[in-house]
Amino acid sequence: MQWNSVGEFFAMGGYALYVWGSFGACALLMIAEPFLAKRRLSEVRRSLIRERLADELETQQRTQ
Amino acid sequence: MRQSLIQWFKFASPQSFYPLAGRMIPWFWAAAAIFGISGLWISFFVAPTDAQQGEGYRIIFVHVPASWMSMFIYLVMAFWAGLGLALNTRVSAMMAQSLAPTGALMAALSLWTGALWGKPMWGAWWVWDARLTSELILFFLYLGFMALQAAIDDPRRADKAGAILALVGVVNIPIIYFSVKWWNTLHQGSTINLNKAPSMAQTMLWGMLLMALAFWMYSIAVALMRVRAIILERERHTEWVKHAVE
Repeated sequence: MQWNSVGEFFAMGGYALYVWGSFGACALLMIAEPFLAKRRLSEVRRSLIRERLADELETQQRTQ
Repeated sequence: MRQSLIQWFKFASPQSFYPLAGRMIPWFWAAAAIFGISGLWISFFVAPTDAQQGEGYRIIFVHVPASWMSMFIYLVMAFWAGLGLALNTRVSAMMAQSLAPTGALMAALSLWTGALWGKPMWGAWWVWDARLTSELILFFLYLGFMALQAAIDDPRRADKAGAILALVGVVNIPIIYFSVKWWNTLHQGSTINLNKAPSMAQTMLWGMLLMALAFWMYSIAVALMRVRAIILERERHTEWVKHAVE
């Protein structure tokens, strides 16, 4: 390992802005994307469940 | 028809692909995490300082995987789109649609990390060089594919239009890949060559390959997550979808 201290690690030999800017952007987008994909799935699932409940309610009212 | 062939076609239906995708997703996440953690460990703690670029070269561990994936996802997307166009299979068109945002994300990361690497090494965030410009065009191809699909109301027609755009755009991939050979560019030549020993330290190479595998597994996992949402959205009026959600 070439780091003598935590500070040295974060300084990246003077390239901190560039190295952390790159890895940070990757981390940010690659955390956000699965989160958005998951939300899209749960949104469509929720609306499907609402739709089915509405259907069930309608048939109940019709039989009454 | 042979039994194995029938099995294959079974998974081409949204109804059986939806639960299959759901079962595969956790495995791809686990693989992405394992490759990602070991890749990051090598990137920061094992790989030595570069003789010319100091610590700044470490951007390679995200820049190269993102660039590879941006090109590879495009090929996979065009393959699925083309298959959907030729065989009229629904899942392949949905798969193409699901891959586009992830491909666009990889192209954006490739350009972003490239700019952050270019500034300290070349002194410029951006140059209108063959490699950089063709990668920017790839980014726009992804955006164009997504915009075109979103602009057409009938999903089957949107699939066809998108597939043609995706297939025509494939011509850009070899242009990106060979740009560093065909033109005099500021961008360095390819790091890994099929017919030459790689021009970098062994540990650096391992770090890069592990990170590339992590990006690969990530892309599959997230594309499968999105395709499940697309399947439900587009098949919402079928009987099986009504029973699939509890």
